[in-house]
Amino acid sequence: MSDHHHKETFVTKYIFSQDHKMIAKQYLITGIIMGVIGIFMSMLFRLQLAYPEESFTIIEAFLGRAGEGGVMTPDMYLSLVTIHGTIMVFFVLTAGLSGTFSNLLIPLQIGARDMASGFLNMISYWLFFLSSVVMVLSLFVETGPAAAGWTIYPPLSALPQAISGSGLGMTLWLVSMAIFIASSLMGSLNYIVTVLNLRTKGMKMTRLPLTIWAFFITAIIGVISFPVLLSAALLLIFDRSFGTSFYLSDIYIAGEVLHYKGGSPILFEHLFWFLGHPEVYIVLLPALGITSEIIATNSRKPIFGYRAMVMSIVAIAFLSTIVWGHHMFVTGMNPFLGSVFTFTTLLIAIPSAVKAFNYITTLWKGNLQLNPAMLFSIGLVSTFITGGLTGLILGDSALDITVHDTYFVVAHFHLVMGVSAIFGMFAGVYHWFPKLYGKMMNKDLGYLHFWLSAISAYGVFFPMHFIGLAGVPRRYYNYTAFPLFDDLLEVNKVITIFALIGGFAQLIFLANFFFSVYKGKKASQNPWSSTTLEWTTPVEHIHGNWPGEIPEVHRWAYDYSKLDDRGDYWGGQDFTPQTVPIRNGEEEF
Amino acid sequence: MKALLFIIIFVVIAVACWQFVKLLGLTKVENQTATKKENNINGWLMLALMGFIYGLMLYSLYAAKDVLLPQLSGSAEGEDIDLLFKLTMTLILVVQFITQFLIYFFTFKYRGISDRKAFFFADSHKLETIWTVIPAVVLAGLIIFGLVTWNNVMDSSDAENPLVIELYAKQFQWEARYAGSDNELGYANVRFIEGTNTMGVDFSDKNASDDIPLLVGEGKFVKELHLPKGRKVIFKLRSQDVLHSAYMPHFRAQMNCVPGMVTEMSFTPSVTTAEMRQDKDVIAKMEGVNAVREKNGEESVEFDYLLLCNKICGASHYNMQLKIVVDEEADFNKWLKEQKTFAQIN
Repeated sequence: MSDHHHKETFVTKYIFSQDHKMIAKQYLITGIIMGVIGIFMSMLFRLQLAYPEESFTIIEAFLGRAGEGGVMTPDMYLSLVTIHGTIMVFFVLTAGLSGTFSNLLIPLQIGARDMASGFLNMISYWLFFLSSVVMVLSLFVETGPAAAGWTIYPPLSALPQAISGSGLGMTLWLVSMAIFIASSLMGSLNYIVTVLNLRTKGMKMTRLPLTIWAFFITAIIGVISFPVLLSAALLLIFDRSFGTSFYLSDIYIAGEVLHYKGGSPILFEHLFWFLGHPEVYIVLLPALGITSEIIATNSRKPIFGYRAMVMSIVAIAFLSTIVWGHHMFVTGMNPFLGSVFTFTTLLIAIPSAVKAFNYITTLWKGNLQLNPAMLFSIGLVSTFITGGLTGLILGDSALDITVHDTYFVVAHFHLVMGVSAIFGMFAGVYHWFPKLYGKMMNKDLGYLHFWLSAISAYGVFFPMHFIGLAGVPRRYYNYTAFPLFDDLLEVNKVITIFALIGGFAQLIFLANFFFSVYKGKKASQNPWSSTTLEWTTPVEHIHGNWPGEIPEVHRWAYDYSKLDDRGDYWGGQDFTPQTVPIRNGEEEF
Repeated sequence: MKALLFIIIFVVIAVACWQFVKLLGLTKVENQTATKKENNINGWLMLALMGFIYGLMLYSLYAAKDVLLPQLSGSAEGEDIDLLFKLTMTLILVVQFITQFLIYFFTFKYRGISDRKAFFFADSHKLETIWTVIPAVVLAGLIIFGLVTWNNVMDSSDAENPLVIELYAKQFQWEARYAGSDNELGYANVRFIEGTNTMGVDFSDKNASDDIPLLVGEGKFVKELHLPKGRKVIFKLRSQDVLHSAYMPHFRAQMNCVPGMVTEMSFTPSVTTAEMRQDKDVIAKMEGVNAVREKNGEESVEFDYLLLCNKICGASHYNMQLKIVVDEEADFNKWLKEQKTFAQIN
């Protein structure tokens, strides 16, 4: 291999690597491990919801004293939903998704030898790793992990008297998230600088693949909003440990009046959701970027409306920073402010609709190659629409009153950001696995994985809307105290069965993934006949990505099935890589 | 049910193992993208997935008709919300049906089973304008309708002779106090909490003495919050410890209780508890509920309005409720007269 850098040792190659491809793999593996923990937790609390009074050995085996007799305690239930949310949103769908694919694809698709700062990139991963370790450690503390919901609203999260999870568990949660945010900021800054400065000759911004646009804009949103969460967390640490009153006021608990005066939990909610809402798009945009790429490649067609896609990403990103108040319609916020947030929130439906219709048009009259990556991408478009539409209800302040904090919300955001983003992540793994490991994943297992995942995703979250419409609040340990909800228990059982199928279906993915890493068939250089630059690099990873010169770019990334005057494919094949100069008589799109 | 569960799990694992064994053989030469056969099978399966989604939607809509909140809103304001809700939901269902059809039908129709060339179609300003403008127009309508409704629901300034009630949330129960003859609540703060003064009322405030607490010191455990039909009720919400949320789904009402501040919500109850029990949706719903309860050997129940806590507030968040009874105004006034004011209690 070309080794114009220094000699690699095991440590510099596999552990403290500064190579973006290795860092991408590190992110992916860490993300997968965290994902396994997060999904397993959801299976445990789904058991509790469907069979509230029954005893399960598995619950006692994993939860120990908090699951004595095979039935989990209410505290543990709340801890599980809290940590499930935290892990899935931040560790899997932010770091695992963006971390993997931004790192892998930004240098490869823009034609750069590595990230702008390999060192910063390495630090970014190791801080993420450290934050994951701290988060996992928090599961083992005596008083239990954080249990105030992933939104950790104070005073519940500030007072150990209020819930036992707000003791050491909450401290570790905050420490972990502070480290996580530092990691995320380093990563994001790196992505932005790399995209702006290291594009190869001819790679104009208007020729960037949509993946890169999505990662780039995502990084910008992250840089704008994550620091606000950090400040929110720091102020909460102050309130918890140093007696300040940023969020707390007039509290009487456990038989005594606390000294806090003048603070407001609403301040925390504003700070939290200033990150929390853009976070939805930090999770979703990379998945949509990946989908754009995969749908175009496998439809053997250009993505429809490239410019509109870029503009809608930018519009969504901009709007996402001014809609956070729709999480707070019923918090006592001024109703006028509620009106403003309703207005901005519903506007997001416009660029979202443009994206959805553009995907559908891309499928139209294509020659669809339905490999696993493509199936997951199409699945994403489907769940994105199903989940996104109910946003019209939740974003409308008057309607949100009735369904706020019910299972309707749970169903909505799981479909629109959870399932969609994870489908995007799976699609990305199936599609770029040859680039990550130089091997192919098994297609049959991929198909099985998709079909079980798609059916269970709809089976879990579709009926859940109706539980919400029946007025059932989320984050309830059980519903036995409410005769009015007795008739819904059967629905909960159905949901749990689908959840278990969906959970176990992921084992197929895990087996396929790890088996293919070692024993998969060797990949060819451009297995999907794709146009983008990453498929011009050698299959074996080398430092600097291209053995010789970095190729020059002459066209956009979507010249699939472009025909010349005689009705034949240009160049005799149905795709023209970005590196091919514009031919005589060919019009550049 | 449980057995079924285990069977399904077993089947999934078995299939996974079988596939895995097959994989070990690795005799098959793979096409790197999908083969025509795979495209064909998956194209058909995608169509089947569409059938599954439609079936699930239709079945859920059908099965949900008896378990949802009653169509009849318990408050006058709720009727506006319900109208907007039905309109939005109809729109959502129509769009959902059409877009899902397009996704799966195109996937099926254009599955790569021949050497047909894909259609190079990269842009169309006309189409894009259409699907920017149509959603924009529809949303403009929804936004205007939504904001008008929101302002009506949130604005209680024009109410004539409203009834003022304080709801006081704490881990894990609700307390309440009626504002009494002056219709003004006396000042309260957690720093006044002492002994039986569990709501922290400042008795030196002249507005406090005529306030009527809900069964404080009566030793009665079943608390009921009574509301009059046809009179606007303004709730002042406070919390003693952490965030709580007063959720009254049947009245389409919800507002958080925030320590350190007083929040507000209001509505006009429009259906008494007795009338609600006669509603056909409620009868159907309660039949379903009681059928389950009978199966479990529990006594049957009647419909009651509920106040639930809807903001995670601690270990017993799942059981923080208060029964609400809506009476005819005369009955309500009679009931209220029987309650003691602070002056009478202290």
